[in-house]
Amino acid sequence: MAESELAQVKQGSVWLQGITRALPVMLGYLTVGFAYGVLAQEAGLSLFNGVLMSVIVFAGSAQLIGAGMIGLGMHPLSIIATTFIVNLRHLLMSAAIAPRLREDNRPWPPAQLTLFGLQLTDETFALHSSSFAQGGLPRSTYFISNAFSQASWVIGSAMGMLAGSLLGDLRPLGLDFVLSAMFIALIFMQLQSHRQLLIAMLAGVLSLALAAGGLRQWNVIVATLLAATVAVIAEELTCRRT
Amino acid sequence: MSQNLIDSLTIVGMMLVTVPPRVLPLWLLSQKPLPPLLARWLSYVPVAVLSAMLFPALLMPEGRLALRADNLYLWAAIPAILAAWKTRNLFLPVLAGVITIALLRLAV
Repeated sequence: MAESELAQVKQGSVWLQGITRALPVMLGYLTVGFAYGVLAQEAGLSLFNGVLMSVIVFAGSAQLIGAGMIGLGMHPLSIIATTFIVNLRHLLMSAAIAPRLREDNRPWPPAQLTLFGLQLTDETFALHSSSFAQGGLPRSTYFISNAFSQASWVIGSAMGMLAGSLLGDLRPLGLDFVLSAMFIALIFMQLQSHRQLLIAMLAGVLSLALAAGGLRQWNVIVATLLAATVAVIAEELTCRRT
Repeated sequence: MSQNLIDSLTIVGMMLVTVPPRVLPLWLLSQKPLPPLLARWLSYVPVAVLSAMLFPALLMPEGRLALRADNLYLWAAIPAILAAWKTRNLFLPVLAGVITIALLRLAV
């Protein structure tokens, strides 16, 4: 009896912890999801399609870009190719977090790895990698955080689509800045050393230079690859000197 | 084909190219520890990716370089950065940035 009560309390605290940790992401997702919903509605997407994208694609920047391109009547293949490039950065995040998804020296079961991967976004990545760096939490905490994060994203999108037609011009609200502000927040949530900050600045400047030079869509990936490589070379050089 | 069906198929296509980069590395790289050099390289990826997305969004809002005082994003970035630096929280910097933009648009 006492044992099962204890188990219940533990179960409850896992839910509470998962939701509490995800709360900032959930609030961010409601806001950005709302902005996406408004844009998707303006782009002429049906409510079904707009929400479908939030359920099966679940990628903020790609959805904002994708909805915009659909609105402009661009070719589906071009939209899909852009989505691929914009989301390719998740390859790097997934690779970075993969070695952490182990317990008792064994990887998580394939179904759990798959579910975790499907809900891997910039934000859930930032959220979880800081926690893995501090030693990790019960496994279900991550899945609870992810589920509540995506639910907020889907609900925000649906609300945006429903409200969008009623609101008219949204520029005065400043929602167009949400994505950038979120990137700023996520960078600071990740930072653990001055060198990381320097590398982040380098990646930003490189990406800007590449974009200004006409390499749109590839600038993010190329800048990231270059900056991380510079970081490792700098580490090697300083290690050898000391 | 109706436009709605084309949109649905486009979205399914978007999913098909989004899932493999997210899932495949988890399947392949969780099996054994990564080589240390690769692990160190990957540790720089998250901040680098985010920053590489941020800079053009702030400084090239219309697709052209806008290092100008009338680029409101630059002004809104200041409270957002301060809030992010002080709180390490997701929501407060977003709030600070969005409110700044809204106020500046009221004022300008």
